[in-house]
Amino acid sequence: MSGHDSKYFSTTKKGEIPELKEELNSQYKDKKKDAVKKVIAAMTVGKDVSSLFTDVVNCMQTENLELKKLVYLYLINYAKSQPDLAILAVNTFVKDSQDPNPLIRALAVRTMGCIRVDKITEYLCDPLQRCLKDDDPYVRKTAAICVAKLYDINAELVEDRGFLDTLKDLISDNNPMVVANAVAALAEIQETSTRPIFEITSHTLTKLLTALNECTEWGQVFILDALSRYKAADAREAENIVERVTPRLQHANCAVVLSAVKMILQQMELITSTDVVRNLCKKMAPPLVTLLSAEPEIQYVALRNINLIVQKRPTILAHEIKVFFCKYNDPIYVKMEKLEIMIKLASDRNIDQVLLEFKEYATEVDVDFVRKAVRAIGRCAIKLERAAERCISVLLELIKIKVNYVVQEAIIVIKDIFRRYPNTYESIIATLCESLDTLDEPEAKASMIWIIGEYAERIDNADELLESFLESFPEEPAMVQLQLLTATVKLFLKKPTEGPQQMIQVVLNNATVETDNPDLRDRAYIYWRLLSTDPEAAKDVVLAEKPVIGDDSNSIESSLLDELLANIPTLSSVYHKPPEAFVSRAKSTSARPDDEEYTDAIETSYSEWPSSSVDSAAVTSTSSPVAHSVAKQPGQVAAAPAPTSPPAPVPDLLGDLIGLDNALIPVDQPAAPSGPPLPILLPTSTGQGLQISAQLVRRDGQIFYSLLFENSSQMVLDGFMIQFNKNTLGLAAAGQLQVAPLQPGASARTLLPMVAFQNVSAGPPNTLLQVAVKNNQQPVWYFNDKLSLHIFFSEDGRMERANFLETWKSLPDSNEVTKDLPGAIIHNMDATVEHLAEANVFFVAKRRNANKEILYMSAKGPRGVPLLIELTGSVGVPGVNCAVKTPSPEVAPLFFEAMDTLLK
Amino acid sequence: MAGAVSALFLLDIKGRVLVWRDYRGDVSAVQAERFFTKLLEQEVDPDLHDPVVYDNGVTYMFIQHNNVFLMTAARQNCNAASIFLFLHRVVDVFKHYFEELEEESLRDNFVVVYELLDEMMDFGYPQYTEAKILSEFIKTDAYRMEVTQRPPMAVTNAVSWRSEGIKYKKNEVFLDVVESVNILVNTNGQIIRSDVVGALKMRTYLSGMPECKLGLNDRVLLEAQGRSTKGKAIDLDDIKFHQCVRLARFENDRTISFIPPDGSFDLMTYRLSTQVKPLIWVEAQVERHSRSRIELLVKARSQFKLIYSKLHNCSTATNVEIEIPVPSDATNPNIRTSMGSASYAPEKDALVWKVKSFPGGKEYMVRAEFSLPSITAEESAPDKKAPVRVKFEIPYFTVSGIQVRYLKIIEKSGYQALPWVRYITMAGEYELRLM
Repeated sequence: MSGHDSKYFSTTKKGEIPELKEELNSQYKDKKKDAVKKVIAAMTVGKDVSSLFTDVVNCMQTENLELKKLVYLYLINYAKSQPDLAILAVNTFVKDSQDPNPLIRALAVRTMGCIRVDKITEYLCDPLQRCLKDDDPYVRKTAAICVAKLYDINAELVEDRGFLDTLKDLISDNNPMVVANAVAALAEIQETSTRPIFEITSHTLTKLLTALNECTEWGQVFILDALSRYKAADAREAENIVERVTPRLQHANCAVVLSAVKMILQQMELITSTDVVRNLCKKMAPPLVTLLSAEPEIQYVALRNINLIVQKRPTILAHEIKVFFCKYNDPIYVKMEKLEIMIKLASDRNIDQVLLEFKEYATEVDVDFVRKAVRAIGRCAIKLERAAERCISVLLELIKIKVNYVVQEAIIVIKDIFRRYPNTYESIIATLCESLDTLDEPEAKASMIWIIGEYAERIDNADELLESFLESFPEEPAMVQLQLLTATVKLFLKKPTEGPQQMIQVVLNNATVETDNPDLRDRAYIYWRLLSTDPEAAKDVVLAEKPVIGDDSNSIESSLLDELLANIPTLSSVYHKPPEAFVSRAKSTSARPDDEEYTDAIETSYSEWPSSSVDSAAVTSTSSPVAHSVAKQPGQVAAAPAPTSPPAPVPDLLGDLIGLDNALIPVDQPAAPSGPPLPILLPTSTGQGLQISAQLVRRDGQIFYSLLFENSSQMVLDGFMIQFNKNTLGLAAAGQLQVAPLQPGASARTLLPMVAFQNVSAGPPNTLLQVAVKNNQQPVWYFNDKLSLHIFFSEDGRMERANFLETWKSLPDSNEVTKDLPGAIIHNMDATVEHLAEANVFFVAKRRNANKEILYMSAKGPRGVPLLIELTGSVGVPGVNCAVKTPSPEVAPLFFEAMDTLLK
Repeated sequence: MAGAVSALFLLDIKGRVLVWRDYRGDVSAVQAERFFTKLLEQEVDPDLHDPVVYDNGVTYMFIQHNNVFLMTAARQNCNAASIFLFLHRVVDVFKHYFEELEEESLRDNFVVVYELLDEMMDFGYPQYTEAKILSEFIKTDAYRMEVTQRPPMAVTNAVSWRSEGIKYKKNEVFLDVVESVNILVNTNGQIIRSDVVGALKMRTYLSGMPECKLGLNDRVLLEAQGRSTKGKAIDLDDIKFHQCVRLARFENDRTISFIPPDGSFDLMTYRLSTQVKPLIWVEAQVERHSRSRIELLVKARSQFKLIYSKLHNCSTATNVEIEIPVPSDATNPNIRTSMGSASYAPEKDALVWKVKSFPGGKEYMVRAEFSLPSITAEESAPDKKAPVRVKFEIPYFTVSGIQVRYLKIIEKSGYQALPWVRYITMAGEYELRLM
C-alpha cells in the first residue's frame, strides 16, 4: 500500500494562496479534498497558511472522515493564531461529539482538547461530560485523556465541573484501556496539583493490579508507574503486591519489565524475610540481562538503570558481569555505560577476566573509549586492594605500547593509585619517567609532576626531571604551573641542595612576579613566606601525610539513589538527576488560582499581625524621628533575626548609610539616594496619593528590598505592612517593614532584609515578584516587581582559571545554555569587567576570535550553584551572545535576564 | 511519575522536518532545529553520542531508521524505555503500511502518517500500536472505500491484538524455532561469553478466536507435572512473551496459553546462558613479512555433529560466511581456498570467505596474501582491531535442544488446524578476537 501524496507538496506558481482559496470553495468534493491536502502539505513544510482559516473551516462539515481529520489537524495548528475565527468550528465540534459513529465522537473530543483557545475550551465541557459516559469504550478512553488536556489549560474548570470525580469513577470501568488512560490522566493531574487528587488506596491497588492482566502493553506501563507510588502497609502486603507484579517480568515489552522491576524494588524495602529478598533478586536478574539484547537505545536506558540498581542491590547481577562485556559493534554510548557497570561489578573473583577485557578495549580505535578503559583499570585498582598489583602491571603493559593518549591516561590513574596505596608501588616510577617527553596534556603532565615531587627522595634525578619542565613554566596551563610550584617546593624540602635551591628561586619568581593568576601567586607567596620564616613548619605543611582516597564507583548519595530508583525507567533515571533538575514547563499557565491563594495569604496573615501593628502604632507617637529610629532598632533586630541586620545602633554608622539600614528617613532629611533612583512600582495615580518605588539590592552579601514611600495624599499613612507572593526564588521578608507614619508630602526610605527559598512557587522559573503593601488608611496595594538573579550572586564567586576549566569540562554539554542578548552591549572591555565584578560576576579569562571578544566569567548563584559564563560580542556593537554552564541549568532563563540587565 | 512527550518529529537525514505532530502545545518546530544542532555538535564529541539529548529544558529522544530520524521532544519526566520502544513500534507500523519507512514513503503518505500519529499517541501518551488492527480503520488511498462506521473492537478490547470474525478456508499455524548463537572468543582462544537467544516465530492463519496452548520440554513444567525429565528437558534462563500470552497463568502453572494475533509475530523469546561449544571454530594465523606483505592462513572447523538433530543424522551448516579483517591499506590479494570462495572486500577491510554447505565435523582452509605499502605514516593510528565474524545457518537443529511437544488449537467452531514446526540455528553476534 503506497500513496502518492507527494504531489501535494509541489508548489504551484504565483498566487498560491488565492488559488487554494478558490479550490477550497469549490463545489466538487474531490477538488475540495485535494485543496485541503495541499493546505496541510504547505503547513507541513512550514508555510503559513493561516489566512485560509475560514475557508478550511468551511470544509469541516463533511461526511468524509479523512477530510474531517485533515481539517481538525489544521485547526490544532492554527486555532491559536485565529482565536476569534476558531469559534466558527465550535458548532461542528459539538455536533460531531454526538455523531453516531464513535470514531467521529472520539475524534471531536480529542481534537477539541488539543485546541488551546479559551473560547473553545468553554464549549468543550458539555461534550466531554457526555463522552466520559459514552457507551463506546473507544470514546471513553479518549475522553479520559481529554480531562488531563483540559486540566492543563484550565484546572479550575475541571474541578468546578466535577470532571475529576468522573475520571476517578473510570478507574472502575469495565474496559481495561479506559482504566489505563484514566490512571495516566489522574497521575498527570496529581503531578501538577498540590492537593491529593489521586490517592491510591489498597482497594484501588487491588483493582488496578487485576486490570493489569488485560491492558495493552502501554496501559500496563501507565498502571505500574502510577502504582509505584503506593506504600504498602507492612511486609505481608508488600509481598502480596510483588507476587502480583512478578509475572510482568516475562513481558516482551521492555518498559513493562522495567516498570515492574521498579515496583518490586520499591516493595522490597519493606520485606524483611531475607529468603524472599534473595529469591526476588534471583528473579530480577534474567530479565535485566535480557534487556541487553534489545535495541541499542533501549539498552542504553536499561544500562543507565542497571547502574543505579547495582548500587542499591549489588547482589542481583554479581554473577553476570560477562554480559556487560562490550561487543565490537555496540554503539559507543552503550560501550561507555557497560564499562561503568563492569567497574561496579568487578570483584576479587572476576578481576582477572575483567582486566583482560579492559586491556582489549584499551587497544581499540575510539579514543574516548580507550581512555575510559584505561581509567577503568585504575578505578579497579583503587577499589580492589588485592588486585591493585595486577591492575598496575596491565597499565605498565599498556604504557609499553607507547600510544600517546594511552600513556597519558595511564599516568593520570597511576597518580590516583599512589594516593590510594602510598609507599607501595614506587618501583614503577622509573618506567613512567621513560614516557616523560611524550606528555602533552595538562592533566597527565600535572600528574607526572605530582609523582616526581611526592617521591623526589627516591628518584635520583628528580631535580633534572623537574627542571626539564621549568623551562616552559610561563606557557604551561595553570594546573601544571600549580603542580610544578608544589613539586619544586617538595623537592627543595627533601633535598635542600644547591640545584633545587636555584630552581625554587626561578619558580617562585615566575609564580609571583610574572604571573597574573591570583591562585598561583597566592600559593607561591605562602610557600615563600613559609620557607623564609620557618622551614620546619614548611615541611610539616607541605610534606604532610595526605588523606588516602577511596573508591568512588558507588558515588550516588543514598537518598538521591532512592529517589532515582523510584523513577525507573524515566528520564530521571537516565540522567541520574531528580526530575526537578530538568522538567520544564514552557507555557505560562493562567495565574488565576495562584492569585486567589495570594489574596488569602495576605488576609490570613493580617489576623496574625495586629499585635505588631499595635506596636508600631505605639511607636509612631514618638515625635523625634531620629530617636524613633534608634528606638526601633533593637526591636527590629529581635523581630527579624536575619543575619543581615547589624546589631550596632544606627548612629554608629555613617550618616548616609542610615537610610540604608532598615531605619527610616524622615521627610525633612533628604532621602539620601545611594545609587540610581529606585524604579516606581506603584505610581501616585494608582496608589491614591501613595507612591512606592522599590528594587532588590545586594549589600554586604545580603539581599534587601530597598523601598521608597512618598505620600502625596492628604492624610497621614501609617501601619505599613508588606507581603510577597510565592516566587521562583522563594524571596520573602526576613523581618517586618519598618516605616514611620508618613505625613502628607513626606517620604521614607527603608531597606527590608530578605530571605530566599522561603516560599518557592512551583512551575517554570520566571522573574515575577508580586508584592502587596498595606497601611491602616488605604486598601491593599498590589504591584509587580522583577526578580533579578544577579542579586543572588555571592561575593565568593571568583574561580581560578584551572578550576574554571575543570568545572567546565566536568559538566556535560547538556548543562550549557546559550542565548543571544540583542540589547546587551560591551562598551569597553575593562569597564564591563569592572562593572560586572561589582555585581559579583568575576573575570576569568578572555580571548579574541574573529573580531569578537570572548569573556569567560564566573559567578556563584543561589544556593552556591556555580555559574560558568561565556560572553561573546564585539566592543561597542550591541548584541552579546551569552552562554552559561552550570549544574542547575534551570536557572538559565533567570540568569539571562540578569545579564541582560547588567549589560544594558 | 507521570510524564508525556510534547511532540513527535519525523526528520530527514539533514534534520529537516518531514512531518511533526504537536501533542501538548508546549514545543515548536524550532525544537527540531535545536535538536539537530545538538546532534551535529555530538559528532565532534562522540562521548555525547547518546540517544537522549538535553537542551534548554527539552529532552530529545531519537532513533534512526534508513534516512529518517524519529524524535520526540519532552518537557516532562517521561518513561524513557516506553518512549524508545514506542518509536520502534512506530517504525513497525509505518513499515506495515508503506513497506519501507523512508523519507519518500513518508512524503507520499503524509495524510495517513498524520492519521496514524493521531491514533498511536494522545497528549503524548502511547495509545495503540497494533499495525494490523490499525489498518482496519486507517487506510491508505488505495484501500480507502467508505467511511468506517466504528473503531474495531480490538482497539479497546482485552484482546487488543486480534479482531473478531477472521475466516480462513484452511486453518494452519507455522511455528519456527529460531536460535541465534552469540559467542565471544578472546585472543587466547578462551570463550569469554556465549549465550543462545531463541525465538518462537509464529505465523497463524486461523479462523475465529482460537485458544492455543503450547507445550515445550521445559524442565520446570515437566517436573511440576511429575514427569521424567531425563535427557530431554531444558532450562530456559529468561522467557519473554508476546502480550497475547497470559502471564499470570504462566507464573502459576507454566502453561503457555494465548489467543494469537493474526499473521506473523514472535510468540516468545528466551535466553540460555549455558556455555555452548562454538559450532564453527575459526583459527587465523597472520604473518607480516618485511612490512610489505601479509599472509593469512585461516582454518574453519565445524564442531557440531549429531547433537539434538532429530530428523537428520548429520546436520550441515549452510550459507557460512567468515569475515577476516585485513589491514585497511592491503592490496593485490592472492587467495586460495580448499572449499567455497573467498574474496577481498575493501569496503569492510576484510577477506570474506563463503562456504555454501559446511557439513559437521569437517575442516576447511583459506590462504591469502596481500601486499602492503612499503611506506607507512610515522605515527599512524593503531589498526582497528576488528574480530573475525562468522555467519551461518544450521537447519533442523537447535543448540538448546528445545522441542515443541504440542500445540493445541481449540476454537468454538471446532475446526482442525495443522501446526507446522521447523527448527533452525543461526549465528548471532559470533565474534572471535584475533591474536
